Parts: sequence; C-alpha cells; structure tokens
Amino acid sequence: MSEAIKELLYKIADSELVIGHRGSEWTGLGPILEEDIAFSSIAQDQLGHALANYTILNTEFGEATPDALAYTRKETDYKCCQFVELPIGEYDFSLMRHFLFDHSESLRYEMLMSSSFGPLAALAKKIKGELKYHILHADLWIQKLGNGTEESHARMQTALNEAMPYALGIFEPGKYEEELISSGVFAGEKKLQELWLERITNVLDKAHLSMPDISKIEPKFGGRNGFHTEYLQPMLDELSEVYNFEPTATW
Amino acid sequence: MVAKQEHIFQALSHVMDPEIPTLSVIDLGMITDVITSNDGVTVKLLPTFVACPATSVIKSNIKETLEKAGIRNVEVLLEDSIAWSSDRVTEHGRKLLTDFGLGAPVQIDGVLDNVQVEAATCPHCGSANTTLKSFFGSTLCRSIHFCNDCHQGFERFKPL
Repeated sequence: MSEAIKELLYKIADSELVIGHRGSEWTGLGPILEEDIAFSSIAQDQLGHALANYTILNTEFGEATPDALAYTRKETDYKCCQFVELPIGEYDFSLMRHFLFDHSESLRYEMLMSSSFGPLAALAKKIKGELKYHILHADLWIQKLGNGTEESHARMQTALNEAMPYALGIFEPGKYEEELISSGVFAGEKKLQELWLERITNVLDKAHLSMPDISKIEPKFGGRNGFHTEYLQPMLDELSEVYNFEPTATW
Repeated sequence: MVAKQEHIFQALSHVMDPEIPTLSVIDLGMITDVITSNDGVTVKLLPTFVACPATSVIKSNIKETLEKAGIRNVEVLLEDSIAWSSDRVTEHGRKLLTDFGLGAPVQIDGVLDNVQVEAATCPHCGSANTTLKSFFGSTLCRSIHFCNDCHQGFERFKPL
C-alpha cells in the first residue's frame, strides 16, 4: 500500500513543483502588473503545495528531505505529467495551461478530502480555499479573452487545441490505480478526468471556445512513468543550480 | 516550576506577523494550544496559507520571545490536523487590520463562495460599494480592491 501512496504523492508534488517553477518565469514579465502578481502568487502557492507533499513523503514514508527530493533526483525519477514541463510560451498558452491544470488539481484535492490516508485528507482540506482563488482567476480570464476580440478568441482557441493532448496526459493511469481506488485513498485518474471534463466544458462554453473532440486525440502519456519531454532536464538544471552549488549549505 | 498560561499568552501577544506587523499570532488565530509541564512549554502553531514564507520566521520568533520572557524549554509544533481559516482572526484582529489600512475578511463559515471573494469593505471610508481588482495582491493573503465612494484603491486580507 505504501508504494501506491508514495507514487501518488510524487505525482502531485512533482507536477506542482514544475508548474510552480514555470509560473515563476512570468515574474517581471506578465502582460499587466496584476497578471505578473497573479502568476507569481499562484506559483508560490504551488511550490508550497509541492513542499507539503514532499514533507508527507519524508515524515510518513522516510523518503529524503523535501529539498533533496526537489533538487537532487534524476530526471527519470520525476513523476510529473509532460504538460507542466512545456515552456511558458506566450501568455495565451500559459493562461490556458493554468486553467486546464489548476482545474484538475482543484478537483484532485476535492477528491482527496475524503481520502482514507489521513495526512493527505488533512492537506487537501487546507489547500481547498487557496485553489478557489486560482480557479476564479483562470475562469475569469478564459471568459474575458474567449469573449474579447476576434484575435483574443482565436489565440485562446489555438492555445486550447495545442494544450489538449498534453492536458489529457495529466490523467495517465499509474500501476497502482486499482489499489488506490479499492483502499479508498484516491478515486482514480479516470474518475478525475470525467469530473474535469465536465467542469472545463462548462467554462469553455461560457467563453465561446470549442472543446476539441477528445476521442480523436492521443493523450501525451509518459511523464507519470518517468518519460519526459526535452524541456524538463534543462529546467531541473536551472531549478537546482543554486542548491547544487553548495548542497550542504544551511539557508 | 510550571510556567503560567496567562504569562505565556501575554508574551505571545507580542509575536507579530512579519507581513502585517500590527497583528499578533493571537489576533490571527494561529495558536491552537499551549501545553505547560515541568519540562517546559509546547506551543501549537497553525500556519495560515500553506506557502506562507512567514511561518518559519514566526516559529522562531515565538521561541525567542517566550525565552526572553523567562519561559524555558520552549517547543513550537506545527498543527497539521486542522485547517486555518480567516474566520479565526479575532474581533480585535479585524479592527487592527482596518486601522493598518487593510480590509478585513468577511466570515465564510466553512465554505468560501464567489460573493465573499468579491465583497470587501473599504478600510478608509467604511463603504461596501467596492470593486474587486485582482484576486492576488502584494502577499499571498491579500487581494486588491477599489472603493467606488472614496475612489481609493486598497488591499484586503483574503477570506479563506
């Protein structure tokens, strides 16, 4: 059982670490000051959530310290989905990724609030309110730009079409799926995807954006099993550069 | 000798939030328990936002402040079994926030809804005729609003 829970924790923590780092790349570059602050704040939350999950791995399962887990593992040990690894691109893509990923994260924690694994259930309850702000922010901008000008609508539609194969990769099933479901730890990626499709379709409709036909899309799987895009390793090098300069330093 | 609870709480009321320096950990509802024994004192601290960078600073400030007040063998433990909510901010804390120039959070009673996120009272003139400008402000716990009556922008402590 502990292997199954550990894998789930790594999947959550690694994705939050990587998307949090990507979000932080907007600091100083946001299209308007409020959006610069929004992406930076959301990134800060996500790094905090990653830390909380790494802390559970450390205290409940004896894994390495959170810093060591974040900074010293091999690329193939990371269990993040490929979606979060992609470069930030233009603001339209980053906003669409924020919308698609954060809805999945918000629903995942909603499901985990009733988890039979106590520490994760407690964390999910703590994080719930914070994610509410992420979702409100994402939904607002998806609708503003979807219903904005011809150009903003076209750009959001293109971003959605390009993001969707990767977004579906969030829900790549792991080898412990059945175990997690039957033990009441987590109701599973399939269930999560169902709930997610319902939520995002609702907002996309209001934004007059067309949901691509997902039955014709091949999801970008691999990340949850350690197979990553060419973008992850350079990002990890940058992320851990200061830490690895003097790993034994006390901060 | 067992340290007195009253003495400890008095000292804790001088441990301030580094980001809102007029508010103490008591005002913020961050102290869930103080356990005293012959061996020392254990303070249970409930962090606010999960990623709040002030948590570790507050933790060491509690230890330092209590030790300066003559209380020995202080241990500060993070409370992780319950979630913090802005509803825990005391009445006194809400008044201090307004005096500091920050809008106070509305009561959410367990579930945060969209209306509560937008509804803010202007700390300058007291008007409720305000508009949300941004969900995110200068720290994780603040959002940005504008008062339609006194025409000033202000930050508000987020309901959570």
